[in-house]
Amino acid sequence: MNLKKTIEDVTVNLLRLAVTELPKDVKEALKQAYHHETSQAGKTQLQAILDNIELAEKTSTPMCQDTGTIIFYITAGADVKGLDKVEKALYDATRRATTEVPLRPNAVDPFNRKNTGDNTGRNIPYINWEIKPGNGIEITVLPKGGGSENVCAMGMLSPGEGIRGLKKFVIDTVVKAGSKPCPPNILGVAVGGGADIAMKLAKKALLRPLDKPNVNPELAKLEEDLLEAVNQTGIGPMGLGGKITVLGVNLDYAVRHPASFPAAVAFNCWAARRASARINSDGSTEYLTHEVR
Amino acid sequence: MTTFRLVTPISEEQVRKMNVNDILYITGTIVTARDQAHKRALQFHEEGKSLPLNLEGLAVFHCGPIVKKEREEWKIVAAGPTTSTRMDIFEDQFIKNFKTRVIIGKGGMGKRTTEAMQKYGAIYGAFTGGAAVLAARAITRVKKVEWFDLGMPEALWILGVKEFGPLTVAIDSHGNNLFEDVRSKTEENQKLIYKKLGLIK
Ligand code: SF4
Repeated sequence: MNLKKTIEDVTVNLLRLAVTELPKDVKEALKQAYHHETSQAGKTQLQAILDNIELAEKTSTPMCQDTGTIIFYITAGADVKGLDKVEKALYDATRRATTEVPLRPNAVDPFNRKNTGDNTGRNIPYINWEIKPGNGIEITVLPKGGGSENVCAMGMLSPGEGIRGLKKFVIDTVVKAGSKPCPPNILGVAVGGGADIAMKLAKKALLRPLDKPNVNPELAKLEEDLLEAVNQTGIGPMGLGGKITVLGVNLDYAVRHPASFPAAVAFNCWAARRASARINSDGSTEYLTHEVR
Repeated sequence: MTTFRLVTPISEEQVRKMNVNDILYITGTIVTARDQAHKRALQFHEEGKSLPLNLEGLAVFHCGPIVKKEREEWKIVAAGPTTSTRMDIFEDQFIKNFKTRVIIGKGGMGKRTTEAMQKYGAIYGAFTGGAAVLAARAITRVKKVEWFDLGMPEALWILGVKEFGPLTVAIDSHGNNLFEDVRSKTEENQKLIYKKLGLIK
């Protein structure tokens, strides 16, 4: 198999799937949200979201005009030959998807304000690498919207406050965000490690399907508690009031320095787009988040 | 909660009948305008120049659309709402001078705009953030584009629409502001949550 070409083609597919069709767990959560929401304004917003995603899927059009910043998560088998070609394949796929899907050009030079026009540039798309035993490659794409990115928060909390401090930080962050991140949102929350590590884990936690509880029962309980708490804020869908502000809270952690308690909250909007595929050593591909007809 | 289906031009009388939480669908003409277009429109007014079109009774949409030209015709690809608060510094004068009856956007607007809406008779309709396909479907055609020199997202796109919505009336012409109500309620709730979780005494 031509690894570069296979990865490029699969990644273009993943980008198209991600921006035009939500994964099943997110769709289901939005349907449930409509069902449980009691505020009229909130229900109207959720109905509009459901109509919008159905229409996007049917017409294979991006569900939101902001197709985000492209982030990749790659798990590569240690025995795969030609891993040095993966980066180029991902960049080329991003360029192609920008014209083929199309994606909105969202890569701007911070200093001269020039838009590169093709969603690529220095360090973007960003690639997170993980090496595992074996000879397959798993690719996940996370097109990350700007509105929900703008309210992500990082706090170096007091170790003495511990989990209490974390709870307060999460609640305050959601309240401060209000309608800005296009609620209902998914929250990725992580503590420990260090400032960068906590945020990385928080963002990666956004990838966990909403119907998959945390493997750690204690954290699963904390996720439920946090979800209940943030949904009592009353912000509601699109900030118009209601009981569904957040669809799910996904926690992760790293052990921490005795003197630090880094905490990070990453937001995804209702357009919680992600798509994954596994490429096997024989070149065959399985799509993990979407049904490919 | 009442659902209104209105055709532009919309009159002050029609606007005054609506209350927060009502739902509105618009058929007729809406015009996109962001910061730059608001700024230029007010400048034109000050200099006594007339705008490229009469905005009285129309709806202004806070939106920077993605548009493509297909055989000499403009086609809207995506047209979701942008955050309205950026236009807060212009909107009161805008409503006063041009008698726009409906402002469409996301996230709501502040006190200045709310007061102007009460005084001159206008409402704010919240369109679901990000719901670009829904918006594009309701846009039947691009009638015209003006001030294209401001760039694609900032230009005035004059759009023919059919049943554009649902818009949730979030600021009415009676001084009510749903977003403000939710925000103050949220702050109260925040304290209740703290208490419940034993974060404060
Ligand atoms: S926050 Fe999400 S849904 Fe809202 S406009 Fe941005 S990408 Fe779209």
